[in-house]
Amino acid sequence: MAITEKQLEELLAQYPSKVQKTRRKHILIKDSTTETPQVIEANTRTVPGVITNRGCAYAGCKGVVVGPLKDMVHITHGPVGCAYYTWGTRRNKAKTDGDPTKNFINYCFTTDMQESDIVFGGEKKLAKVIDDVMEIFQPNAISISATCPVGLIGDDIGAVAKRAEEKYGIQVLSFNCEGYKGVSQSAGHHIANNGLMEHVIGKGELEEAPAKYAINVLGEYNIGGDGWEVERILEEIGYHIVTVMTGDGTYEELKNAHVADLNLVQCHRSINYIAEMLEIKYGTPWMKVNFIGVNSTVETLRNMAAYFGDEALIEKTEEVIARELARVEAKMDQYKKICEGKTAFCFVGGSRGHHYQGLFRELGIETVLAGYEFAHRDDYEGRQVIPDIKLDADTKNIPDLHVEKDPERFRLKLTPELYEELKKKIPLSHYAGMNVEMKDGSIVVDDLNHYETEEFIKILKPDIISSGIKDKYVIQKMGIPSKQLHSYDYSGPYAGFNGALKFAEDITMSFSTPTWNFITPPWKDEPLLVGTVADAEGVA
Amino acid sequence: MRQVAIYGKGGIGKSTTTQNTVAALAEAGKQVMVVGCDPKADSTRLLLNGLCQKTVLDTLRDEGDDIELDAILKPGFKKTRCVESGGPEPGVGCAGRGIITSINLLESLGAYTSDLDYVFYDVLGDVVCGGFAMPIREGKAEEIYIVASGELMALYAANNISKGIQKYAHSGKVRLGGIICNSRKVDGEYDMLKAFAQELGSQLIHFVPRDNLVQRAEINKKTVIDYDPTAGQALEYRTLASNIDNNDMFVIPKPMVQDRLEELMMEYGLMEL
Repeated sequence: MAITEKQLEELLAQYPSKVQKTRRKHILIKDSTTETPQVIEANTRTVPGVITNRGCAYAGCKGVVVGPLKDMVHITHGPVGCAYYTWGTRRNKAKTDGDPTKNFINYCFTTDMQESDIVFGGEKKLAKVIDDVMEIFQPNAISISATCPVGLIGDDIGAVAKRAEEKYGIQVLSFNCEGYKGVSQSAGHHIANNGLMEHVIGKGELEEAPAKYAINVLGEYNIGGDGWEVERILEEIGYHIVTVMTGDGTYEELKNAHVADLNLVQCHRSINYIAEMLEIKYGTPWMKVNFIGVNSTVETLRNMAAYFGDEALIEKTEEVIARELARVEAKMDQYKKICEGKTAFCFVGGSRGHHYQGLFRELGIETVLAGYEFAHRDDYEGRQVIPDIKLDADTKNIPDLHVEKDPERFRLKLTPELYEELKKKIPLSHYAGMNVEMKDGSIVVDDLNHYETEEFIKILKPDIISSGIKDKYVIQKMGIPSKQLHSYDYSGPYAGFNGALKFAEDITMSFSTPTWNFITPPWKDEPLLVGTVADAEGVA
Repeated sequence: MRQVAIYGKGGIGKSTTTQNTVAALAEAGKQVMVVGCDPKADSTRLLLNGLCQKTVLDTLRDEGDDIELDAILKPGFKKTRCVESGGPEPGVGCAGRGIITSINLLESLGAYTSDLDYVFYDVLGDVVCGGFAMPIREGKAEEIYIVASGELMALYAANNISKGIQKYAHSGKVRLGGIICNSRKVDGEYDMLKAFAQELGSQLIHFVPRDNLVQRAEINKKTVIDYDPTAGQALEYRTLASNIDNNDMFVIPKPMVQDRLEELMMEYGLMEL
């Protein structure tokens, strides 16, 4: 079921006129027949008063990018709430390998600022927490993430970090990622990318990759074990994973990220800055990958093999693909019988809103509405629009880190000719965005809010919605299964071949549960049209 | 209980004026508490005959939440009760939040007893952030007096403070009680201040003349009333105290636009040329 311009206008008509105008720019009805590609506004401030799904800059920095590095202790500098509510909620799993005392993923560290720390400044307490951490845990490195009040009272966390580095001889990274620093968590990703690039990547001593087909996996946070399934496949084919950024990743490995031959980018939004800087500084190309869904995984594996162009690798890739397909296809077909013909909304973060559409498609489910919480225009329209994105004050708030060619370590991985030739076949240093894959008539919404969620549900009546915890129960109370694609609702992995099966199983269960018999969505017992009966003279 | 806040440009003589007024009120038998709202903690020095007050925030930091009122409330001249809010050293933390913290603590410790006739808040300089406006928010101080002189910058500050009062007056009970002139002996000062106060819709509650005795008393860590009770200057402070005590003119000020303020300066400040 599609939506008409008129319906969209009616939906927006509930807003004050200024908001109407603003929100209209964040909503598209996909139309591939327009003369110029459709433009969507993104990465701008949420209208005050609407209930948004977005997070803050601290959530993006510590919560998403830096937090998963397991051999570091991550200190949240601020009152206890920010640390507590980001404790384990993202489900970025991490296994202990090697030294069992160097995995801190299950801990939550905070300075727990009190009123007197706000009044007198929190630097001393932060230094004390670092002392305690060094005495008890001895991590390989420490990160400090600032929360809002720290920025307001002006604690110099950089100076505290520097003194601690001198005192203990380990790296102490400080991130001024106060929640208010950007319009969403996206600002925090950028701050974290800059910090890791400037202070960690390249600090390792390796000059050459220790094995053939050396790759980094960027933007894979190992939610519910996604990264492990991806690693299983890649390692079997023969790839050597130098580091994963950052799910189940380590500070020690990250330091040597410069030696890889190729960088895979799974979540474009949160890590494209590092991908780009690695290419400039070390000459490592990056490739947009997608391990969500059987077909996307197969395509990604073939693209990777094509990049290296090695016959044995291509052969091994096809061998693994054939074996995996034989294993999962029949099972996928079983689930498809229940899922076929259904429709979905897919509103997640900065890449899953796109990635999961393919997996839904494989199960016969059409995505009729999709969007991102915190993406930028390039995640919707493709990276070719980056030069046209207008910089506003909020964007300029995050300093751009400029890197240059490393004179010692820069290596051209491909000849320029081969690079250009490959670019035509595989997504090398390019992301085409989400919109291009969506069907005409489907809806793209940026920063979808509570009101619009409910209204779009009423118009489009989807069979499943994949988003997050903030709208999950509103959706389920409307009688529609909701699948959290931030935390996977305690399930997963959903990536790779096994993940696709797990996802298919989980949502088939959602469709089949008898729970829905006990809930009546409003349109089932409330009239859609309201009118009065006219009398004999035709007067109502 | 009347809660009074004294504001004014930095260095204008708020603390001196406040303490002398309080001394006069205490002398007249009133029960008065003085709350210094300045991180420098020098608002009760003359009443206590020296800087011997441990601040609320220092005590809070050293001893935690479990504080006895006696530890932070010291008796001064004629049983005035003296409190210093205190605050962080310059350049760190948040002094504004400190004032909120200490006023809340005073309340929870029961410092605001029913036998008090007056609580005076002596507030740092201009209103720099929400914390420094604390005494006039949430129904703390309901009467404001602004200390000013005939100097342009003092009047600028007074006018700005009036803007703050106007903002909070509309959402609460705070009112401007008057302008206190702490004379700097500039040209046409009395007339200028009188006109300025009237233009705001308020009054010049008293014109305190300049007298070196104030300086001498301060060096001796005393208010004028304490140091030389028979002096003419002591009488001036008594008059100010009695004017405040008998004041019944409390208004929402009408701050001036910059041009009007400068016009006023031209009109009175250049009269003798």
